[in-house]
Amino acid sequence: MIPAPFDYVRPASLDEACQVLGEAASSGDDVKVLAGGQSLLPLLRLRLAYPSALVDLGRLPELRGVEDRGDHVFIGALTTHDEVLRSGVVRERIPLVALATATVADPAVRHRGTFGGSMAHADPAGDLPAVALALDCVFVVRSGEGEREIPAAEFFVDYLESALEPGEVLIGVKVPALGPGWGFHYEKFHRTAQAWAIVGVAAAVRRSNGTIEEARIGLTNMGSTPVRARAVEAAIRGVSIAAAGSNGAHDPVRDACAGADEGTSPPSDLHAQPDYRRHLARVLTHRAIGVAGR
Amino acid sequence: MSEQLDAGLIAEQIAESDQLSRPSGAHEVGKARRRKEDARLVTGRTTWTDNIQLPGMLYVAFLRSPMAHARITRVDTSAARTRPGVVAVYSGQDFADEQGSLPCAWPVTEDIVIPDHPPMAVEEVRYVGEAVACVVATDRYKAADALEAIEVDYEPLDAVIDMTEALAEGSPKVHETGNKAFTWKFAGGDIDAAFRDAPVVIDRTYVQQRLIPTAMEPRAVVATTDGETFTLYSSTQIPHVLRVMLALTTGIPEHKLRVIAPDVGGGFGSKLQVTAEEVLGLLITRRLGKPVKWTESRTEGNLTVHHGRDQLQRISIAAGRDGLIRGVRVDLLADMGAYLMLVTPGIPILGAFMYNGIYKMDAYDFTCTGVFTTKMPTDAYRGAGRPEATFAIERAMDELAHELGLDPIELRRRNWITHEEFPYTTICGLTYDSGNYEAATDRALALLGYDKLRAEQADRRDRRDPVQLGIGVSTFTEMCGLAPSRVLGSLSYGAGGWEHSSVRMLPTGKVEVVTGTSPHGQGHETAWSQIVADALGVPFDDVSVLHGDTSISHKGMDTYGSRSLVVGGIAVLQACEKVKDKARELAAHMLEASADDIEFAAGTFKVRGTDSGKTIQELALATFAAHDLPDRFEPGLDADATFDPDNFSFPHGTHLCAIEVDTETGATKIRSYVAVDDVGSVVNPLIVEGQVHGGIAQGIAQALFEEAVYDSEGNMLTTTMADYLIPSASDLPDFTTDRTETPATSNPLGVKGVGEAGTIASTPAIVNAIVDALRPYGVHDVRMPCTPERVWRTVIAAGETAWVGPGLAGNTGGTAEGNTAWVGPGLAGDTTDRGEPGTAGDRTDWVGPTAAEGTEAEGGDR
Repeated sequence: MIPAPFDYVRPASLDEACQVLGEAASSGDDVKVLAGGQSLLPLLRLRLAYPSALVDLGRLPELRGVEDRGDHVFIGALTTHDEVLRSGVVRERIPLVALATATVADPAVRHRGTFGGSMAHADPAGDLPAVALALDCVFVVRSGEGEREIPAAEFFVDYLESALEPGEVLIGVKVPALGPGWGFHYEKFHRTAQAWAIVGVAAAVRRSNGTIEEARIGLTNMGSTPVRARAVEAAIRGVSIAAAGSNGAHDPVRDACAGADEGTSPPSDLHAQPDYRRHLARVLTHRAIGVAGR
Repeated sequence: MSEQLDAGLIAEQIAESDQLSRPSGAHEVGKARRRKEDARLVTGRTTWTDNIQLPGMLYVAFLRSPMAHARITRVDTSAARTRPGVVAVYSGQDFADEQGSLPCAWPVTEDIVIPDHPPMAVEEVRYVGEAVACVVATDRYKAADALEAIEVDYEPLDAVIDMTEALAEGSPKVHETGNKAFTWKFAGGDIDAAFRDAPVVIDRTYVQQRLIPTAMEPRAVVATTDGETFTLYSSTQIPHVLRVMLALTTGIPEHKLRVIAPDVGGGFGSKLQVTAEEVLGLLITRRLGKPVKWTESRTEGNLTVHHGRDQLQRISIAAGRDGLIRGVRVDLLADMGAYLMLVTPGIPILGAFMYNGIYKMDAYDFTCTGVFTTKMPTDAYRGAGRPEATFAIERAMDELAHELGLDPIELRRRNWITHEEFPYTTICGLTYDSGNYEAATDRALALLGYDKLRAEQADRRDRRDPVQLGIGVSTFTEMCGLAPSRVLGSLSYGAGGWEHSSVRMLPTGKVEVVTGTSPHGQGHETAWSQIVADALGVPFDDVSVLHGDTSISHKGMDTYGSRSLVVGGIAVLQACEKVKDKARELAAHMLEASADDIEFAAGTFKVRGTDSGKTIQELALATFAAHDLPDRFEPGLDADATFDPDNFSFPHGTHLCAIEVDTETGATKIRSYVAVDDVGSVVNPLIVEGQVHGGIAQGIAQALFEEAVYDSEGNMLTTTMADYLIPSASDLPDFTTDRTETPATSNPLGVKGVGEAGTIASTPAIVNAIVDALRPYGVHDVRMPCTPERVWRTVIAAGETAWVGPGLAGNTGGTAEGNTAWVGPGLAGDTTDRGEPGTAGDRTDWVGPTAAEGTEAEGGDR
C-alpha cells in the first residue's frame, strides 16, 4: 500500500466538511472524499488516483444510521454495509437493499465499506447503484450552498462519475418503501464470492392474482452506469407469473425478458465479453423476476 | 552463592529441580496434534521478513519494465537522485560488472541454451516486470515516489507470447540463439508397434494455462553486512540452496554469507528460487554498507514471482477395443518464459515419468521442447510437472472410456496396477513400491454414491435439464520425496536429494532438533516433535525444532516436492536412533550391564528382566556432568544423520466429484467432492487433512478460476486479485476426505508425502466432471480455467451438431437425435416470434445453450 503523497483532512463536523470541500472546489484542488475506503484505497494503491488531499468523513456520526420515515427509509451515507444488513428497518421496509447488500464482497469489506460510498463511487459493477436505480431512490447532497436532492435516474452520470458537484457531499439516500404486494430479488452472477458481479439484476415486482402488475429492474455492470431494463418493465406488465421458469412449457415471462439488454452497452473484460453479458442479462432477469414474483 | 559453578553441582540442582523432564510412553505418531507453531504464526507474533527492522535500514524499490521486449537505450537516474530521502539510484549498467547471472541448476540436455540472465536488465528487457533500475531511500514511500522520476528510453522489439508462434519460422527472437531452449526425449518399449494397427487411438491436445503461485506472504528480502560478513533474510523455501547459489553468483565467500528464512508464509514452489531481488539486495548492501529491505507489492508479485504450468500437451493413447492400453505418446511444449531460472527446464521433465499414471502399458514415448517467450519465467509450482502429467493422462483416459462406451472407472480398473503386483516397475522405469488403487477407488465410489449420481445424471439427460450433472474421476499417483541423489544426477540436476538432521538432548532432558528442511506453513515443528517424542520417549512439548538459518542448520536441501517428511523426517528418525544407541551404551555403563541386555521402552533404558533403569533424561544429564562415562564416550547425547533415499515415494488416491453445469449461464457448481488419498503411514492426520484440503483447493483453482493472461503485446492483464481470481472458502464445497494406508516400503516410517497430492489429483477430476456433464452436447473438452463464459461458449459452439444423446456412448452407438440441436427445455419456446429485427445477431445465444444462428427455426427436439 504505497500511494502517492496526499494531504489528509478530517473534518469534525458536516459544516466543516462542506467548507473544506467548498474551498477545494473553488481553488480547483483535486480532493477525494474518504468514507470506508474500500474502493478508493485500491485506486490509490495502484496509483490510478492522485488526489491532492483526502477528506475523511469518518468522524461524522450524524451521517450514520437508518431512519424509517414512513414512505421511505433514509440511510445515512456513512452507514456501513454491515449496519445496513443488521437493520430491522431495512430488512422489513426495503428488503431489496438487504438482499443486494448481503452480496457485497465479504464481511471484512462490509464492516468498513459504506452505503453512501458505494453510491458516490458510481461504479456500474457495484451492486447498490442498480438497486437505487430500480427503486428510484433520491440522493440528498449538501454543500456550503445548502442541500439539494438528486433522483437516482440523474445521479449516475458515467463510469465512476456521479452528479455530485465539486464541493458537494452525499449525506444520505432516501429509499422508497414499496408497499404490500411487492416482491424482491437481487440476482448476482460472479465467479468468486468476493468478485464483482459480471452481471447483476435488481428486481422489484408487484403482483396481484398471479399476474405481474409492475416491475422495476436495475442492471449491474451492463454499461458505464447502472441501467434500468425498461423494455422488460414494459413487456412484463400483465404477464402471468405462474408459468415462469417451468421447464418445457411456454414461458411468457421469459419472452418478456428477451429485451433485458436493450439500451445497454456492456463492457468487455477478462471475465466476460459483451455478448455473453447480454445473454446473462436476459437469463438472470428472468430468474430474478421468477424469484421476486413468487 | 557458590564461588565457582561446577558442572556436578549444576547437574545436582537440575536433578533435584522440577526442570528435569520425565519420559513419556505416549504414542505421538498418528495423533491429530494441533500444530505447535500455529499460535505464533496466525497471531503474527513471529518474525516475517517484512517485520525485520535493523538500525539505519534503507528501503529498495524497483522500476520495472513496462515493455515485454525492448532495447534499453537510455536510463537517466539524475532527477530521482534529488528526490527527498533518496540515498542511491542504480540502473543495470551500475551492476553490470558484478551482478553475474541468475543461476539455472538443471541443464536437462547437453545442448540446452541457457541465456545470460542479469538480475537487473542492462541492454534488453524480455518481459514486463523485469527490473531496470532501483531506488534506495530512507523509507519505502520515498523509494516508491522517486521511481517516477527515473527516465528510461526503450526501443521496442517484437514480443512473442505464444509458444507455437515462437517456434515458427521468422518469429521474433527472445534471445539471439532463437526460441528453443532444449528438446528432451525419453522412451520405453516399442512405441511404433504399440500404435501400429491399434484398434483405438485417442489423440488430444490440452492447454495447461499459466498460473501465478500467490503465496499468502509476499516475497521480502533484508540484506545486511558488518563489513565482512553478510546476512540475507528472505522469504524463501530454500535457505541452504540459496546460500550456495548466492555465493557463486555474488562472489561473497560461502562462509561469509548467512542466509535466514524466518517464518515464511507459503511458497508452493514460488520461493524455490534464486531471485533478482535477493542478489541485488546483497549487492546494494555491499555498496552502501547499510541494511536494506525490499518487500514486493501484490501487483509486483503477480508480474515477477515465477509462474507455474504453461504447457501445451499433445497426448495419444493406443488401446485395444477391450480398453487395454498399448502405448502412450506425449509431445509437450513447455513455456520457459524469457529465461531459465533455478529449475525451470526440469519442471516438465519431472512430469515425464508420470504420464503413464497408475497404468500398465507396453510402450511410452515422451518429447518435451522448452520454448522461450517474452513472459515471466516459469518454474516450480505445487506439483511441478506432475499435475500437468496427471491432468493429461486422466483427461485422456476419460476420452478413451467415452470412445469405447466404457464407464471411466471400469476402464481404469482394466489398466491399473493391481495391489498384488507391487512392487511394480513401470514403463518409465520407476519402481512403485506399494499401493492399492482398488481399495482407494472402492472407498471413494462408496463415499460419493457413484451409482446413484449416475442414475441422476441419466435422468437429467433424459429430461434435458438445463442443469446437467457430470461426474469427474481422477485416479492418480505421483513421484515425490525428492529425491534419490543418484537419480537426480542421472537427470543432470545440479544437486543431491538427501536431507540432514541433528538431534540433541539438553542437560534438562529437553530436546532440540535441527532440520535441513525449511518449513513455510507445513507444520514440521509439530510433526518432527511427534517423531522424536516416540523415538526417544520424551514428551511432545519437550521438543523444539530449529530450522531455516544456515548458521543453525548448517546442512540441508530445504523444502519442496513433498520431500520434507519422506527425506527430512527420516533423517530426524535416524539421528534419534543414533542418540538412542549412545544412550544405550551409557545406560549399560551406569547400570553395570551389557549393552545387549538393555531394553528401551517409553523413554527408559532397563536391564532386561529387572526394574533397574535410567530415563533418557537422566542419561542426558549424566553426559552433561560427564563425571562417569564409558571410555572414549564423547560427552553429550546428540547425533547427526543424513538420509539419502533409495527410491521416490508414490502417494496415490482416487478423487471423485459431482458438478452441476448450468448450460444457460455456463456456471459450474461442485456439488460433492470426495478424496481418498493413500499417503502411506500418517504422522499427523490433522496436518494431512490440511494439506489435502489446501491442495484440492489449489487444483480446483486451476480448473475453474486461475489464469495469468498476457495480451499479444506481452502486457499482463492479471496484475491484481480482481483479475487473477483465487477462490476462497466460500467458493468451494465441503470436501469429503478419507484415507487408505498402504505404507511405503522405502523408508522406516512408511510415509509417502502429502504436500502436492491434492493439487495433482483435483484438476482433472473437475474438468472430467464438466466434460462429462456436457457429453450429450458432443463436447470433448473445455479449456481451463473452465470459466462460466468459456463453458457457455463451448456449449454454444457445440450447438451446430449438438445433443448426441443421453447415453454415455458418443461415438459408438448411433443415437437417433444425433444431429438435431437441442435448444433446451423452456428456452426455445418462442424464439421465432420474439425478436425485433436488427438485433438478431445479438440474441442467437439467447435461444439456449446449443443454438447458434439459424438453428432456431428448426426448433430442435422438444
